[in-house]
Amino acid sequence: MTSTAFLQYCLTGISIGGIYALIAIGYTMVYGILRLINFAHGDIFMMAAYFMIFAMVDFALPWYVSIIIVLAATVILGVVIEKVAYKPLRSAPRMSIMISAIGVSYLLQNLATYLFSALPKGYPSIGFLTKTITIGSISTSVVTFITPILTLVFVFLLLQLINHTKIGMAMRAVSKDFETSQLMGIKINRVISFTFVIGCFLAATGSILYFTPRPSVYPLVGSLPGTKCFIAAVFGGIGSIPGAMLGGFVIGLSETFIKAAGYSEFSDVFTFILLIVVLLFKPTGLFGEKITEKV
Amino acid sequence: MKKFIALALASVMTLSLAACGGGSEETASTASGTPISGETIKIGVFEPTTGENGGGGMQEVLGIRYANTVAPTVDINGTTYNIELVEVDNQSDKTAAVTAAQSLISSGVVGVLGSYGSGVSIAAGQTFADAGVPAIGCSCTNPQVTAGNDFYFRTCFLDPFQGTVMASYAAVDQGYKTAAVISQNGDDYSTGLAAYFKQAFEQLGGTIVADETYQTNESDFNAILTSVKQSGAECVFIPCSIATATLILPQATANGLTAQILGSDTWENESIVAAAGAAAEGVTFSTFFDENDESTPLAKDFVDGFKAYLNEDAQRITLNGGTDGVAAVSALGYDAYMAMYNALAALDGTEGDLTSVNVRDALVGVNFDGVTGNITFDEIGDANKDAAYLKQVQGGKFVFVKKQIDETA
Repeated sequence: MTSTAFLQYCLTGISIGGIYALIAIGYTMVYGILRLINFAHGDIFMMAAYFMIFAMVDFALPWYVSIIIVLAATVILGVVIEKVAYKPLRSAPRMSIMISAIGVSYLLQNLATYLFSALPKGYPSIGFLTKTITIGSISTSVVTFITPILTLVFVFLLLQLINHTKIGMAMRAVSKDFETSQLMGIKINRVISFTFVIGCFLAATGSILYFTPRPSVYPLVGSLPGTKCFIAAVFGGIGSIPGAMLGGFVIGLSETFIKAAGYSEFSDVFTFILLIVVLLFKPTGLFGEKITEKV
Repeated sequence: MKKFIALALASVMTLSLAACGGGSEETASTASGTPISGETIKIGVFEPTTGENGGGGMQEVLGIRYANTVAPTVDINGTTYNIELVEVDNQSDKTAAVTAAQSLISSGVVGVLGSYGSGVSIAAGQTFADAGVPAIGCSCTNPQVTAGNDFYFRTCFLDPFQGTVMASYAAVDQGYKTAAVISQNGDDYSTGLAAYFKQAFEQLGGTIVADETYQTNESDFNAILTSVKQSGAECVFIPCSIATATLILPQATANGLTAQILGSDTWENESIVAAAGAAAEGVTFSTFFDENDESTPLAKDFVDGFKAYLNEDAQRITLNGGTDGVAAVSALGYDAYMAMYNALAALDGTEGDLTSVNVRDALVGVNFDGVTGNITFDEIGDANKDAAYLKQVQGGKFVFVKKQIDETA
């Protein structure tokens, strides 16, 4: 392997890893607050892509307006899903709400198949993002290059928000103890909605970065990235934001290098083996919270 | 938790029992074929309308539906039968395909058309053969679909032929010395084509410098494309699904891959050009039919009629990928229906009770001019074809390049 090829593989791996990280944060935050694995998250990511197609292709809006619409529409979709499918089950056993999440996932997939057909649709290209740039002897698109940078910026901002603002403090409190924080006067519904807002915002951002260089959208497109990002979240320690980010980068890089070595059939296998190994030997993940049994 | 697992296991077992029950009922009564009775002849449409190949499968279904509007009735022994289409979705999935095939048999079809995708056709072939119901594949190009199955026919050319033709074009026509191949792991269509291309290309004096594979539903080809670029191949042959083609093209451009990209028949889909835009320019692929081929009046009539049929209903345009372009698979769907129709019409004058086995026997002797050329079946059940149409993407349109014949023969 030449050094050029090596750098090209690294850039590819970090870039896809950054997108995995953005989506994995959505899983990890919802889990942190609600103890719910939001299986519909991958499909929200898919819906964000369709919103972009609507805005830019069907309504011919300029890209900067479209991005705002996509972010807003995805956030609204996420919050509505939470209100309709998860909130009524808040006091139900955890299994019920998990099953509800699976139901929402299938609902979104089939709704998309019904509304937009199973044919892959082209994702609109945002002019400056798809430009090919050449750094030294590496050739890549602008979007591949800025994805990891954007990911780091978002994670930094998110950590500031959680550690240094009032709503962030409320989120930490709710994640520590749901009922006590409610007794302390924290409006938990607001906190939960806010968590979904952030998760969906990042999913929509990830969606734009993911589909710009891979411009094909079909109803099942969210399921495999969704699963991988879930694994990234578990690997990093579900509930931990830096963990989810690290998990995303690890999966992105390892996938790319396995493919580069000519074993593409094992790239997904590796990701799933990683899940099993983590669950067997360190179920709380790299940075996961220690589970203390309350008496 | 234990209770939950027990409950889950119990329900799984009940379901599988139910599935077994259904299966045996369906096949028991039909060993000697399904009889033709009443005033309706049911023809099954066995195609994927969802899943990976949902888009292309739908275009094939549209061709079949259109053919049904052109020839809705057939006269056999003084009775006019209505031909009714029974459509099932095999979901591009080998497991779902067998269930879908069984449901067609149990609904009393005497013939089956389909499927898009060789894997599902191979999976369901035995079901049709056991039931004595003939099937005509439209665009499934893997040899195993018809080999060893007396009840499977097809209207298109085969993977060995198509792979060889593309290798002939690359090695002889274009004079390339090195080639790379990218294929989908575990997909009969993709790996089959890739294997025949490699064999023929090396036979014609070329070298395969990179042989890459990817997983089903893969969307990130950067690593593979980097490897191909490093190998220095002059051309890269990518037999893949429509979904994969739309993904791989822009990534090839971004990675600075300049090798000539060669595709397979699946690539003839307008949504690839719509999605990949400038990245699709110059791609060359083989196909079964050319919309602009006006050498036969039959093809022209079909194109005009089919376009009018699509434009009647906005829903049909959506199902066809948002355009009124005529895909080769629609033409093959039409021809498959017509082959079945001709076989049914040939039953006129046959003595005794007619069954689907008679339809099969009639198919062997079918000889008619279809829109993709004259159609007769060889002893294996494959249509006798001698050339593939090569097309290239130029200015966002599919432009006919040449009729390419097999150079290794």
